[in-house]
Amino acid sequence: MIDTEYDVVVVGAGPGGSITAKNCAERGMKTLMVEKRQMIGDPVRCAEGIAKHTVKKHIEPNPRWICAEAKGFRIFSPSGIKVEMVGEFESGEVGYVLDRKLFDRALAHEAARSGATILVKTRATGLLIEDGKVCGVELEHLGKKFCVRAKVVVGADGVESKVGRWAGMNTSLKPKDIETCAQALVYDPSTDQEFCEFYLGREIAPGGYAWIFPKGEGCANVGLGILGSFSDAGAPFNYLNNFLKKYLPNAKILEIIVGGVPVSKPTDGIVGEGIVLVGDAARQSDPLTGGGIGNAMEAGAIAGEVVSEAISEGDTSAERLREYEERWFKEMGKRLMRNWLVKEHIISLSDEELDKLAKSIADVKFKGLQLYELLKHLVRRNPKLLWKLKGYI
Amino acid sequence: MVLNVNRYVCGYCGACVAVCPHCVLELVETWLEIGSGCTECGTCVKICPVGALSLDEVKA
Ligand SMILES: Cc1cc2nc3c(=O)[nH]c(=O)nc-3n(C[C@H](O)[C@H](O)[C@H](O)COP(=O)(O)OP(=O)(O)OC[C@H]3O[C@@H](n4cnc5c(N)ncnc54)[C@H](O)[C@@H]3O)c2cc1C
Repeated sequence: MIDTEYDVVVVGAGPGGSITAKNCAERGMKTLMVEKRQMIGDPVRCAEGIAKHTVKKHIEPNPRWICAEAKGFRIFSPSGIKVEMVGEFESGEVGYVLDRKLFDRALAHEAARSGATILVKTRATGLLIEDGKVCGVELEHLGKKFCVRAKVVVGADGVESKVGRWAGMNTSLKPKDIETCAQALVYDPSTDQEFCEFYLGREIAPGGYAWIFPKGEGCANVGLGILGSFSDAGAPFNYLNNFLKKYLPNAKILEIIVGGVPVSKPTDGIVGEGIVLVGDAARQSDPLTGGGIGNAMEAGAIAGEVVSEAISEGDTSAERLREYEERWFKEMGKRLMRNWLVKEHIISLSDEELDKLAKSIADVKFKGLQLYELLKHLVRRNPKLLWKLKGYI
Repeated sequence: MVLNVNRYVCGYCGACVAVCPHCVLELVETWLEIGSGCTECGTCVKICPVGALSLDEVKA
């Protein structure tokens, strides 16, 4: 049964929403999570790669939703120069390749088990705002509209987030701040099941990159993202077809996936009076890699803790909730800021310059290194080309 | 000009919703809704990964 009043209402049942709901419910908060889709996790908008340690922090790994384990990654420069790294990475989305349909549902299951109420096929259509303070949501479920009051509303509504915008936060993305993506889940036994691969180049994916992630049993997620400001109607899909033709001409497509991922500069202003934003809604995805599953979960855990404490103390003002934003920034902000700068710089480089960078480190045997150290090597060996990044790496 | 969505092409991913500066678009499962207030800026048309959106002379 749905009540009319909750401590916390979470909008969106992606990784960010479910981890927030779980962390609130675990602390005794009366929690409701609403999801507009009738099936959590479907359709997928993701390449499904994530570092193992990030998963383990939030949920016991389960072979049911782990499709493959990568032992490293390769980056190919525009002319095909290979840089290879083996081991686990700090911010790389390399480790497990998930089945997001099952993974997202498993996270929602965890939230339910912790005591949260979940309503699917239920869309938030607006906020209740009184005296400048968010105090609930308007919902629509199977054609019925109703309101639910909450001490705190959590906007975990993903890339297409509106919750923040309803509260007056400007979270709309400029074309230069979003990667527009197309991906195919393919069957092709020639795909390497042990490595995640990344391909750079203007001909391949302007302002972004293409990827091949192993999905087990001869399958792989093959996709690419283009920076919105370089895109044109349908461009990602056309580039994907060209990529497949060139690299995996025999691939059989089992599923098509499209979507956008925020790659904007990390922002503050993700809390307000009685409201916080989490995950893609707060534009917390990594601007360099486009990875956002882990960041959404990390943010959800912090948000769940701070929101619960704030409610217990009877103070859900923006000032009180700002602790979430501060802690999030302390834990992830610096890395995201650095990665944003690196991305901004990399997209300004020509294919020849990217080749030069790859060549400069192609002989380095990376093992168990962090992405940060790869960047350090790059800057050290290319002081002229990367002088802008010197102070940050 | 008027914004049209070709629902036979749309992949209902919501990328267009994310970039709409006027909060005009709404994704409801597989149904992309075009509300009022569109200024025909064309941002969503450029972003759409499958090319389902277009600015045309007439409403489709
Ligand atoms: C092609 C592509 C590849 C990617 N690859 C990777 C990768 O390999 N690794 C990685 O870490 N990240 C990747 N990402 C990014 C990753 O998918 C997102 O960062 C992640 O899903 C964010 O989680 P979230 O919980 O914030 O939002 P989401 O997972 O998007 O969940 C938001 C939920 O909110 C719901 N919702 C929205 N509005 C409403 C409303 N009004 N009412 C109710 N519910 C609502 C949505 O239906 C959705 O279920 C990729 C993204 C794309 C597009």
